Amino acid sequence: MTAASVDMAVLADLQDSMGEDFAAELLETFLQEAPGMISDLKAAAAAGEADDLRRAAHSIKSNAALFGAGPLADIARQIEIDGLHEGAVTRLEEEYGRVAGIFRGVVDG
Amino acid sequence: MADAPGRVLVVDDNKVNRLLLSRSVEMLGHSVTLAENGRVALDCLAEGSFDLMLLDIEMPEMDGFEVLAAIKSDPDMRDLPVIVTSSVEGLDNIVRCIELGAEDYLPKPVNKVLLQARLTSCLEKKRLRDEQRALLNRFATQEVARDLRETGFAIGGRRIEASVLFCDIRDFTALSEDQPPEDTIELLNAYYALMFDAITGHGGIVNLMIGDGLMALFGAPKPLENPAQSAVDAAREMQEMLEAFNADQRMRAAPQIRLGIGIATGEVVAGYAGTQDRASYTCIGMTVNRAARLESHTKAIGCSILVDEDTYLAVAGTSAVEPITGVTFKGFSEALSIYSLA
Repeated sequence: MTAASVDMAVLADLQDSMGEDFAAELLETFLQEAPGMISDLKAAAAAGEADDLRRAAHSIKSNAALFGAGPLADIARQIEIDGLHEGAVTRLEEEYGRVAGIFRGVVDG
Repeated sequence: MADAPGRVLVVDDNKVNRLLLSRSVEMLGHSVTLAENGRVALDCLAEGSFDLMLLDIEMPEMDGFEVLAAIKSDPDMRDLPVIVTSSVEGLDNIVRCIELGAEDYLPKPVNKVLLQARLTSCLEKKRLRDEQRALLNRFATQEVARDLRETGFAIGGRRIEASVLFCDIRDFTALSEDQPPEDTIELLNAYYALMFDAITGHGGIVNLMIGDGLMALFGAPKPLENPAQSAVDAAREMQEMLEAFNADQRMRAAPQIRLGIGIATGEVVAGYAGTQDRASYTCIGMTVNRAARLESHTKAIGCSILVDEDTYLAVAGTSAVEPITGVTFKGFSEALSIYSLA
């Protein structure tokens, strides 16, 4: 069983409470910032910098949770707590790809 | 329901979080300043005045724990309420925030209703604290207020070397009988404003006001390098200010006033005396009595500033001094050498 990449109810809540335009602005900002966070994470992993790795994972987790991207938040959270496991970065990037596609659709709606 | 607007500092390294938090706070009617890490936040605090801080924990350069520690160790900042907003993992990290002095912890994503409740309650507490601080400053001197904030209140005293200054308006009773009470209060207020300036300007504190008389302390609670010198400098400035005041009074055909000042230096017992409910910072001891007697003796011999021997000795090279030997004061067994400063 695979959970949906984005819980649309969480996104709808955000749009409700903050306004649709602002929610779109937030998503747009996330789509701009996330590739940088992921490359920060990969750089930290390559350099063996545990603090930077944790911080980058934490940031991705925090934003993913905000937008209802549960599986992405879970992968990032796992990295934040435990460090890197085999294939974690690949899974993170794949999941981000799915999430980004959905968000792009919402923003361009 | 609009809350009283507050100035909120939002500290977060993540751009999405910064945007969301600042918008949420602005929607509640408050103004927001943004900082992207702890170091920038401390710079903001040094430059501006804030009522509340929303603080992230995981940040590069300087994290939230370090910010909390820095704020709580600074007497000027430690009253600033801090709400930690984070999705940091582990209960121990949340406990650590609270132990470091955070007012509250809000998990991310921040719930809007909770945020409003916390903001309102924290800003209200901050407002009460500011009010308290303002009251404290009105009824205690800045030094005493700071001493209370830093070391807390405890009945009890300690022995310190200090100089005590008593000052009184000559014939004030006769003066006040000749004019309407409003004028008397106005005169007193003008007089007190000038005397406070001269005393606090030289590091002293006014710790007693009775009618037209006042008692000031130099060297406690804040230590001074040479309390006697500070007290004498203050006394001279008080006399100078009074001359300017009298010149102004003359122009308005209002009555002149004259001062008698007595200064004594030596050991005093200073501290908070009273009860747990009502106490004041005060000082007692022979030095205090001597200063009071010196002040009243200025009337007897018609001079303006009288000091005791220890004050005189500590103020080396003071010009225009007239020694007066063999004076006996009530309550003092031995005759004293005192000095009149012109």
